[in-house]
Amino acid sequence: MIKLENIHKSYKMGSSALHVLKGINFEVESGELVAIMGSSGSGKSTLLNILGMLDIADKGLYQLDGTPIEKLNEKRAARYRNHFLGFVFQSFNLINYKSALENVALPLYYQGVGRKERQKSAMELLERVGLEPWAKHLPNELSGGQKQRVAIARALVSKPKVVLADEPTGALDSKTSYEVMELIKEINNEGKTILVVTHERDISQMCNRIVRLRDGEVAEDFLTSNRVINH
Amino acid sequence: MFDRDRWVEIFETIRKNKLRTVLSGFTVALGIFIFVILYGLGNGLKNTFQQFFLDDAENVLFVRPGRTSIPYKGYKSGRRIEFVNSDISDIEGQFRYFIEYMTPRIFSSVRATYETESENYSNISVGPDHQYIEKTVMMYGRYINEQDLVTREKYAVIGRLVALDLFGQLDVVGHYIDLNGFAYRVIGVFQDSGGDNVERTIYTPYTTQQLLNKSTDKISMFAVTFRKELGHRGSIIFENKLRQYLKEKKVISPRDPRGVWINNLADSLKRNQQFAGALQTIVSVVGIGTLIAGIIGISNIMVFVVKERTKELGIRKAIGASPRSVITMVLQESILITTFSGYAGLFLGILMLSSVGERLDEYFITNPYINLNTAIFATIVLVVCGGIAGYIPAKRAASIKPIVALRDE
Repeated sequence: MIKLENIHKSYKMGSSALHVLKGINFEVESGELVAIMGSSGSGKSTLLNILGMLDIADKGLYQLDGTPIEKLNEKRAARYRNHFLGFVFQSFNLINYKSALENVALPLYYQGVGRKERQKSAMELLERVGLEPWAKHLPNELSGGQKQRVAIARALVSKPKVVLADEPTGALDSKTSYEVMELIKEINNEGKTILVVTHERDISQMCNRIVRLRDGEVAEDFLTSNRVINH
Repeated sequence: MFDRDRWVEIFETIRKNKLRTVLSGFTVALGIFIFVILYGLGNGLKNTFQQFFLDDAENVLFVRPGRTSIPYKGYKSGRRIEFVNSDISDIEGQFRYFIEYMTPRIFSSVRATYETESENYSNISVGPDHQYIEKTVMMYGRYINEQDLVTREKYAVIGRLVALDLFGQLDVVGHYIDLNGFAYRVIGVFQDSGGDNVERTIYTPYTTQQLLNKSTDKISMFAVTFRKELGHRGSIIFENKLRQYLKEKKVISPRDPRGVWINNLADSLKRNQQFAGALQTIVSVVGIGTLIAGIIGISNIMVFVVKERTKELGIRKAIGASPRSVITMVLQESILITTFSGYAGLFLGILMLSSVGERLDEYFITNPYINLNTAIFATIVLVVCGGIAGYIPAKRAASIKPIVALRDE
């Protein structure tokens, strides 16, 4: 599903350059639930940004579902993001003046899906994450866990090939974190490929596979016991 | 552009961000409102000015007799000069190629009575040419003619307001009115754009007046218009030649600054036109200033609005909005708001002007109005500038990478 070969990325810091990713190689199969771990500064956010086409690698090959992701202009990046990817952010990033239902439906608006159909799909997904009664509520009327469920529903509504979650539990207490991770696992069990960036060990242990980054390189890449149970 | 779904999205955004909508809408509406009001009042001031000064024919010379101040050819100084009828015909003969119209004027005031109504008016006794010099417009009947002068008829041409005062109606030709004890037949009713005072005047034949003044042939002054082809410089030459001629005729020292007074309207007209031009400039500067203030206001708000939305736009981009769709969304929204509120400001301003317009006469503001094209142009300028002011930050916001826009503060 995802194939990375020799990905390099550096940021200019005045006269010197900060080499963040120093040749990342790994592949993700369809249906995997992968945790990307690493301490701050290890390059995990940069990697996620490149995976999410929010940023462009200086060098290397990135293939998503067989499509080489290259020569990205803003317009193409937007289209790829819209069709291939769903995002879940640490701070939820819901539009605060739109109801839960409208937030979930928004990606479909940018796909050009009709209004009725958008609402229907969005409602189905809210049901799926257990927030049907909250559909008309604004984000600030929801708890953190509920907001993240809305964000997950939004990430799924466009039927993406891959869901990228950036510290999805970072702003949540541990109980809610586990609930959200359970939801993510359920969705993964339905066949969706999911990458979770986290620095919390217990969260990463809930995934099937852990890729640990250190200083811009893949330091460890191993399967957790979960995978055995799932298959 | 005409995608219904997109407009639904925009209307929803507008409805759910009332403060933002009201702020930018109010700025534009206020800008246009003030522009319309100020421009209208400026125009009103200009109208008053034009009514006061630019009503009469522009090529008029008023010639008045005075007192000499220098002894000359055996005459003492301080001698009173007088004009008589023969002066008119002599000047007409002498300056045939300069003169367009010419009339004597004798001023008096009369008490006019019709049945029970009685009122004091100014009476100017004139010749037929006076109609063209004063730009008098006849509503009913006719003006004084040459025949009236010869037969010295007791005929009166009365102003519109005289007719209304005395008769309560306008079509009063053929009625007789009493002027200082003499019965005059009303032969015409006139109107004049020079204001109420002019329309409270009674014109009579100057020969009739001279008959009443114990058969003299004296005249108070005369008004003469020169041919327009002469232009301003020609009028000065004519003025100087006329003064020279009259001084010779009345035996006044060529160096005497008094004796004959000539008021050349072309001169004062030029000054007045310069003043009117200055007024116009002030009106325009005020208008443009208001517009610029409005543009700055709407620009500030657009910058603020886009800044406030940076995160939202970042979210939209992360979930698949193209930069172009982000920009057009911001632009369409701002243009929609500014157009509607601009129209509202325009409408309110014009409504305000027309409702107070009548009552501002005493403040020297006549018929304050704004040319609709000017007003619409101003609105469009403001809408376009609001659009540009929104476009620049919107383009920047759209080009910010979503990760930057979404970064937590």
